[in-house]
Amino acid sequence: MSRKPKLYYFNGRGKMESIRWLLAAAGVEFEEEFLETREQYEKLLQGGSLLFQQVPMVEIDGMRMVQTRAILSYIAAKYNLYGKDLKERAWIDMYVGGTDDLMGFILMFPFLSDEDKEKQRAFIVQKATSRYFPAYEKVLKDHGQDFLVGNSFSWADVHLLEAILMVEEKKSDVLSGFPQLQAFKARISSIPTIKKFLEPGSHRKPVPDDKYVQTVRRVLRMYYDVKAN
Amino acid sequence: MSGKPRLTYLNGRGRMEPIRWLLAAAGVEFEEVFLQTKEQYDKLIKDGLLLFQQVPLVEIDGMKMVQTRAILSYIAGKYNLYGKDLKERALIDMYVEGISDLMQMILMFPFSPPDAKEKNLDSIKDRATNRYFPVFEKVLKQHGQDFLVGNKFSWADVQLIEAILAVEEKIPAVLSGFPQLQAFKTKMSNMPTIKKFLQPGSPRKPPPDDHYVETVMKVFKR
Repeated sequence: MSRKPKLYYFNGRGKMESIRWLLAAAGVEFEEEFLETREQYEKLLQGGSLLFQQVPMVEIDGMRMVQTRAILSYIAAKYNLYGKDLKERAWIDMYVGGTDDLMGFILMFPFLSDEDKEKQRAFIVQKATSRYFPAYEKVLKDHGQDFLVGNSFSWADVHLLEAILMVEEKKSDVLSGFPQLQAFKARISSIPTIKKFLEPGSHRKPVPDDKYVQTVRRVLRMYYDVKAN
Repeated sequence: MSGKPRLTYLNGRGRMEPIRWLLAAAGVEFEEVFLQTKEQYDKLIKDGLLLFQQVPLVEIDGMKMVQTRAILSYIAGKYNLYGKDLKERALIDMYVEGISDLMQMILMFPFSPPDAKEKNLDSIKDRATNRYFPVFEKVLKQHGQDFLVGNKFSWADVQLIEAILAVEEKIPAVLSGFPQLQAFKTKMSNMPTIKKFLQPGSPRKPPPDDHYVETVMKVFKR
């Protein structure tokens, strides 16, 4: 029996992508089982593996973990990416909360109508450039260090890089005006585990397409009528 | 200057209420600043106090903390309500996140349009009785202990009692069919710090009314 963590989700980004990023950043190999049919999902439900009837689910260290934030916190702590004390953890949690909110606007993007997509794209860029990016730009400028918290690589750095790349996919020049974040992006992308994750053939999933949307709708029988922010 | 945590939010439950619950459960006294006007809120932003221009804001131990979950995790960690090791923390996090999904439905309820309210109430009832309450009923039944995790009072217990009471306000008989949760509710309500919080005069806020909804719309108007 393999001791590697095993991820249960669709073959696409969704809520599982941040978990893939963090495991990869920590240098942890993992397996994936992709949900493609309603029957697979019902089998998981009937088997009692989904505490609240939802995915993501990650089998790790004898636990069947659900709830994205719980899973990420566990991985961060286990692999020493959660700061050195309670206060550093507080800062990491705050920063991750912000990038989580930002990525949350992008999460439902593929499910929107074409018209709503344009509206949402503008909303995402506006929030990124007026609320979130300035906050992280200032943090990096104020302490002048390479990493967000405690002069040490942490979950907060991984999450911010993920968010930056996702927003750039919506507007490629979105980092102009944020020199600290440009330097941050280059620095964190060149960390060996992250560099590897950014190369083809890794577990990283592509931008969600219509096939992904159809799969999610078919398996969960939900998300047929999603509105923009 | 007081060493007490200082909470800045509207004078109502919203996203600050779980924080009031957790501080109270931990026996920690705190101060509150209530936002009543857009000008007050704009000033907070202008003065650079809100990392992401949002409240809740909790000033605690020299930090200006934002992001509800970050604040709750910090309080839980500081006051030993977060389990004894990483695995207990994982369980607490899972339980708290699940309950938080249910509480989110209740949070948004006052802001739903009148013609959607009945449907939303049905959704809350459905989720509570078919998804969330059965999980905790089973957890308590299986280990037979008083508390959800590690036979010890934790953040998960506080979050659950808060959720039970909030759902009961909307659906009074919701716990029929959940004997373990009924016993849990009684036990938690009688714990000294929680008992005190449930009495009049505590920082606990009443259910949101029209005045609260109006204030939210006014203060956060874009």
